[in-house]
Amino acid sequence: MPVYIGKRLLVAIPTLLIISIFVFSLQKLLPGDPVLAMAGEERDPATIEFLREKYRLNDPMPIQYLNWLGGVVTGDFGISLRTNQPVLELIGQKLPVTIQLAVMAMFFAMIIGIPIGILAAVKKNTWIDYTANIVALSGLSIPNFWLGIMLILLVSVQLGWLPASGYESIFVDPVRSIQTMIMPAFVLGNALAATLMRHTRSAMVAVLSSDYIRTARAKGLSPREIILSHSFRNALLPVITLLALLFGELLAGAVLTEQIFTIPGFGKMTVDAVFTRDYAVVQGIVLCTAVGFILMNLLADIAYVLLNPRLRATI
Amino acid sequence: MKRITALSAALLASALMAMPAMSSELRIGLNDDADVLDPAQSRTFVGRIVYTAMCDKLVDIDQDMKVVPQLATEWAWSEEGKVLTMKIRDGVKFHDGEVLDAAAVVATIERNMTLPESRRKSELSSVAKVEATGPLEVKFTLKSADVTLLAQLSDRAGMIVAPKAAKELGANFGSKPVCAGPFKFVERIQQDRIVLEKFADYWDKDKVLVDKVTYLPIPDTTVKLANLRSGDLDMAERISASDAESVKSDANLTYADVIGPGYMAMYVNIGNGPRADNPLGKDKRLRQAFSLAIDREAIGQIVFEGTSKAGNQPFPPSSPWFDKDIPVPARDVEKAKQLMKEAGYEKLDIELQHANNTTQTQMMQVIQSMVAEAGFNVTLKATEFATLLSEQTAGNYQLSRSDWSGRIDPDGNIHQFVTCKGGINDVKYCNPKVDELLNAARASTDDAVRKEKYDAAMAILDEDMPIIYLGHQPYAYALSKKVKGWAPSPDGMIRLLGVSKD
Repeated sequence: MPVYIGKRLLVAIPTLLIISIFVFSLQKLLPGDPVLAMAGEERDPATIEFLREKYRLNDPMPIQYLNWLGGVVTGDFGISLRTNQPVLELIGQKLPVTIQLAVMAMFFAMIIGIPIGILAAVKKNTWIDYTANIVALSGLSIPNFWLGIMLILLVSVQLGWLPASGYESIFVDPVRSIQTMIMPAFVLGNALAATLMRHTRSAMVAVLSSDYIRTARAKGLSPREIILSHSFRNALLPVITLLALLFGELLAGAVLTEQIFTIPGFGKMTVDAVFTRDYAVVQGIVLCTAVGFILMNLLADIAYVLLNPRLRATI
Repeated sequence: MKRITALSAALLASALMAMPAMSSELRIGLNDDADVLDPAQSRTFVGRIVYTAMCDKLVDIDQDMKVVPQLATEWAWSEEGKVLTMKIRDGVKFHDGEVLDAAAVVATIERNMTLPESRRKSELSSVAKVEATGPLEVKFTLKSADVTLLAQLSDRAGMIVAPKAAKELGANFGSKPVCAGPFKFVERIQQDRIVLEKFADYWDKDKVLVDKVTYLPIPDTTVKLANLRSGDLDMAERISASDAESVKSDANLTYADVIGPGYMAMYVNIGNGPRADNPLGKDKRLRQAFSLAIDREAIGQIVFEGTSKAGNQPFPPSSPWFDKDIPVPARDVEKAKQLMKEAGYEKLDIELQHANNTTQTQMMQVIQSMVAEAGFNVTLKATEFATLLSEQTAGNYQLSRSDWSGRIDPDGNIHQFVTCKGGINDVKYCNPKVDELLNAARASTDDAVRKEKYDAAMAILDEDMPIIYLGHQPYAYALSKKVKGWAPSPDGMIRLLGVSKD
């Protein structure tokens, strides 16, 4: 197993390099000059020249990339052009927010998606199944920003139960932190729940129609035991893979949801950085997200092996 | 086990109910996140709003945009506008306890002029030397007469920072700014909040009536209003025109607006590279025709719900610098067609670039259909702002739509745009006569003389029309009825002295 993990991590290095080269060149292809916006409304030529020199924007592109890469290898991710803060510090500020939002969103996705998926599979082709499908479909179709604004208007403005937006660190004020995150996590989780429900349902349907379930029924086991202990455990494999992938996607940040609820996570920072051509910040976030995604993938594969004894022999 | 779960669920539920906000905290929603919190390096509008509470300036402006004392109690010009002497207020302290004296003022101005990262250099470019001529007296010696310096000192260039902190932190001053304003810096979380608290030793502390101010960047206007309604915000700046009605009709909110010092305009490429070589850039009659085909009042009504002001000059019609002999023209399609014919055109194709936000797109579509009636076939090119800026600088445009946030002194709204060597003369208009007039206006300390020069320059510019002015945007605010004693300032800043919250 450790050898397997080691191999997978080594393979990740070229992947990360390719991603960073790709993102770097794409950014440079964008028209617009970061220094023009940074120099202020008056755009003083001396300031512009100074900034170009300071951030080494006069160097040829490959040299700029190598400069950046050299920094990353030694733990220096560069400095934000817009705010002068080190990129690593910015990522350190945003990562906990993004992870908290991702975890809470996954929580909502799971408590909504999995039970409904199981129910739909058990009551296959009945009105319950159809209703579950409609719910799932609307979860996928309702735009995040619309649901977000509606929730704010209902829960915060009308009922006054939760703060309308904003963020509080979970280490400073855990209660308020969770309060502010409930709505955005629900909005994100709701969309994921739909996907999760569909996958749970199809996995359960497949398992429920297999021979050993028929045997279990014949033995006279209770439906509850059949569904939860015998079917669901086996149906869990594809669902876990999906959960890991969804979680990886959440780590990239959720631009619209963050914007609506003014949550200072990765999504908002990436968009702002792209608009202000804050190259180092975009590079840093993309790299961080890519690492997160690769790790989640690896975790999914490991979980797969652990859960399915038949696969252990293959490593 | 079950009971514990039920109990903790109940506890959690009750804890999750919203708690009331603290009474003397003022929460202000900003349109964007500020950039570096160093007056020497800052460049954003929202940054200036934060400084207004945190950093006092040598001079301030009042409701009529007149310069009034703040850290400097009095000042005098001498040697034909080449020397400015200022008396500094006695007994002022910085947030770290250091005393604010003439030496601190000199250190700050020198920092603004020499720090490599400084964005204030062009604002202070006329200063040759600044020196302390007494413990509380500062003397500015200028390279050439420049009355606009006083207006520059009423903004970031005149914000005095604590010398010790500035020396220690250098270009990193923004991580922990130390000034002498009514509120001091507590913390900042990127894209989330900037927190300030009351400074107990402020020189005018009786007017500081709230304990804490929190600025929250909330770009989405619907969300900003929802926060106001739910009580999570006390005030929101630059709300969109389409929300003005709903704020006015809300019994818990107050609406306030003021016409800003800036302008909205379209820049015609007159001489910036090969793309200037087109009929619109070459023939002023076509530019006049384009301008005449626009109904400026209607734009204000349609796009800004009547909150903006129609205009045809770099100064709003309410400004004392507005030239009344050139009133905002009414739409005249017949005359526009006539001018087109004289120039030898029935139809003319024009490409117009603009920023790709909703308001701009709507505004440009309205103009597109207005000028179509006079024979202009306008193609709209929506670009994102960073691109628009570099295209405009590089001259890769025919007609470009952008805004100027405005300056206190009239010079800042006109000189750098149309003088031959002007720093942001993106249209590359060059007329020695205009240069002469605008340079003379800059040098005189007599407002009547200055006005005469600006009027003369305006007459030429209205004829040549390198910049087609469209109007003036308002700064619109929504605030909770609990906030007392606040009024909008013409520079769009949020001044908090005398403001309280029930």
